[in-house]
Amino acid sequence: MNKVQNNKAWWLVLPVFLLVAFSAIIPMMTVVNYSLQDIFDQSSRYFVGADWYRQVLLDPRLHDSLLRQFIYSACVLLIEIPLGIGIALTMPGKGRWGSLCLIVMAIPLLIPWNVVGTIWQIFGRGDIGLLGWTLNHVGISYNYAGNTLDAWVTVLVMDVWHWTSLVALLCYSGLRAIPDVYYQAARIDRASSWAVFRFIQLPKLKSVLLIAVMLRFMDSFMIYTEPFVLTGGGPGNATTFLSQTLTQMAVGQFDLGPAAAFSLVYFLIILLVSWLFYTAMTHDDANR
Amino acid sequence: MAEIRLQHLAHRYDRTGDDYAIREMDHIWEQGGAYALLGPSGCGKSTLLNIISGLLVPSEGQVLFDGRVVNELSPERRNIAQVFQFPVVYDTMTVFDNLAFPLRNQGMAAAAIKAKVDDIAAVLELQPLLHKKARNLSADEKQKVSMGRGLVRDDVSAILFDEPLTVIDPHLKWKLRRKLKQIHEQFNITMVYVTHDQLEASTFADKIAVMYGGQIVQFGTPRELFERPRHTFVGYFIGSPGMNLVDVQLQGERLVFGDQSVAVPAGLLAVLSSRTFKRLQLGIRPEFVQVWDSPAEAAFSARRVDIEDLGTYKILTLELAGQRLKVRLGEDRSVPEGAVGISFPEPWLMLYADDLLVEATP
Repeated sequence: MNKVQNNKAWWLVLPVFLLVAFSAIIPMMTVVNYSLQDIFDQSSRYFVGADWYRQVLLDPRLHDSLLRQFIYSACVLLIEIPLGIGIALTMPGKGRWGSLCLIVMAIPLLIPWNVVGTIWQIFGRGDIGLLGWTLNHVGISYNYAGNTLDAWVTVLVMDVWHWTSLVALLCYSGLRAIPDVYYQAARIDRASSWAVFRFIQLPKLKSVLLIAVMLRFMDSFMIYTEPFVLTGGGPGNATTFLSQTLTQMAVGQFDLGPAAAFSLVYFLIILLVSWLFYTAMTHDDANR
Repeated sequence: MAEIRLQHLAHRYDRTGDDYAIREMDHIWEQGGAYALLGPSGCGKSTLLNIISGLLVPSEGQVLFDGRVVNELSPERRNIAQVFQFPVVYDTMTVFDNLAFPLRNQGMAAAAIKAKVDDIAAVLELQPLLHKKARNLSADEKQKVSMGRGLVRDDVSAILFDEPLTVIDPHLKWKLRRKLKQIHEQFNITMVYVTHDQLEASTFADKIAVMYGGQIVQFGTPRELFERPRHTFVGYFIGSPGMNLVDVQLQGERLVFGDQSVAVPAGLLAVLSSRTFKRLQLGIRPEFVQVWDSPAEAAFSARRVDIEDLGTYKILTLELAGQRLKVRLGEDRSVPEGAVGISFPEPWLMLYADDLLVEATP
C-alpha cells in the first residue's frame, strides 16, 4: 500500500486553535507579561524577573486570604457534598413529587450571585430582615456587619443555600441511573441500608461526585460577589477571600505587576488542587 | 431448605386492571428438587421468581415455605438466594469480599467465611481472581461471582436462577451448568432455574415447569414434556422442530381434516362427546410420524415439499390434505420424490381440545 504523507489536516485544527488562543492563551500571556515587568505606560517598562512573585508570595495579606479561602472552600465542600447526597437520597424517585422536588431544587441555581448576596444582606438585617430580626428577638445576638463569625456563617450559609442543589441534582441523576437489580441483589444478600449506600450507591455516584466536587471547589475558591455584596469583605478582613484581595490589588491600588503575579499563583493553586482531587478520586480505578 | 408452595397465586402489576402477569395457579416446588421454569420471553417467569424470592408481593394468593405463609416477609427474611440475568457485583470490593458479603451480613465468623468462600471459589474456578477488584473482571467472570454469592449460603431455603447464563459463552455455559448440578447434588438445596432454552432446562432440571401466558401449563420430567405435552404450547415449544398440530373436525367417530380422516383414539370418544370445545387439534411429534418405504402399508399418502439435512438428522416437510407436516428422520434414511407414505402411530397421537390435552378418564 502506498501511504501518502500529508499533514494538511493540521489546518483543520486551526479554527480551534484560534478560538482557544483568543479565549485563553492570549489573555493569559498578557498576564504573564505583566507579572514579569513593571509597566508604567507604553514606552516605559522594566523587566523585573521574579520580583513580583517574590513580593506576592511573601505578602501576609495573601497568606491570610489564602488561608481563609482554603478554610472556606473546605467548609463548603464538607457541608454541600454530604448534604447534597443526603437530599438526593431522600428525593422521591418518580411521579409528581419527584418533578416538584426537581423544580424546587433548581430554583436557587437560577438566581444570580449578586441577587443572592442582596437577598441575604436584607434577610439577615437586624432591623428589617426576617432572619436577623427573628434571631435577635429569640435572644441570639446576630450581626453580620459587626461580628466576624456571624459574617462568616452568613456567607457560608448563602453558598450552601445557593449551590447544594447542584450537588443534589447531580447525585439525583446518578442515583436514577443505578439499575433496580442492584438493589434487589443487595436485599437478597441481606445488605444493611448503610451497606447499600457504601457499596452500591456511593461507588456508582463516584463519577458525578467527581464533577460536583470539582465544580464546587473551583467555584467556591473563586467566590467574590456574595461577601462583597454582604459586607464588602468585612468586618475587618474577615470575609475578604482571594479574589477580593486580588481585585483590591489590581483595581483599587492599580498594582498591576503584583496583581498579575498573584493571579497566576491563584490559577496554579486551583489547578493543583483540582488535579489532586481528580487523582485522589480516580486513582483507585487503575489499581489492580 | 424448604418446600415452596404457591397457593391460588396470581399477580398483576396494575392493581386496578385486568392484566394478569401471573394467572391463578397452585404449585409445589419440593424440598431438594432441581427445577427449571421454561417459557418464552414475557410469559411471567421472572415475575414468578421475584414473587418466590419476595422482591414482589403477589396481588392475590399465598406463598408458603414449609407451610408457613411468607407473603409479607422481605427477601432478606426469607433466607433465599437469587442470581440475576445480568451480573451484579459490588464494584469496589474484591472478588473475595463479594463472595463473603452475604455471609458477613449474616454475622458468620471470619474463619468460617474464609473456608466457605475458598470452597465456592474452587468450584467456580475463581481462586486466581480472589484478590482482584470486581470491577476489573470480564462479563462472565462477573456472572460467576454473582452466582458464587448465591451459592456460598448453603443454609438457604432455595436458590433461584433467572437466566443466569445469558451473558456467558457457550463452552463455559455447559461447564457451569454441570457445576450447578454438582452443587445441587452436594448440598441438596431446592433450585429453580428460569430459562427460555429447552436444552438448558432439560440438562439442569429433574422436572420442568413450562410457563405460557402467566400460567404453568405443564410440570413434568423432560421426557413427559416430550412424549405427552399437556398443552399445545408445550408441544410446540419443546422439541425441534415442534409438534405437528393439525386442525380437525369431529364427525361421528372420526376426526376429519381436508379429505382425510383418522379414527378417534381409543377411549377418547366418550370424553369428547361429554364436552364442548371451540377448537380441536391433532398433535404428533415429527419424531413419531412413521414413514413407510412401501406406500401400500401407509395410512396416508403425502406430498413431499422439502427436505433439509441438518447433519445429524433430516427434516422432511410434507403436505397432507392442505396441512404442512414436519417429520424428523435419521441421517441415513432416503426418501422418495413425490408421494410419501406415512402413518400416525396411535400411542403418539395426541388430541387437544382448546389447546388442552384430551385424556381418557381412568
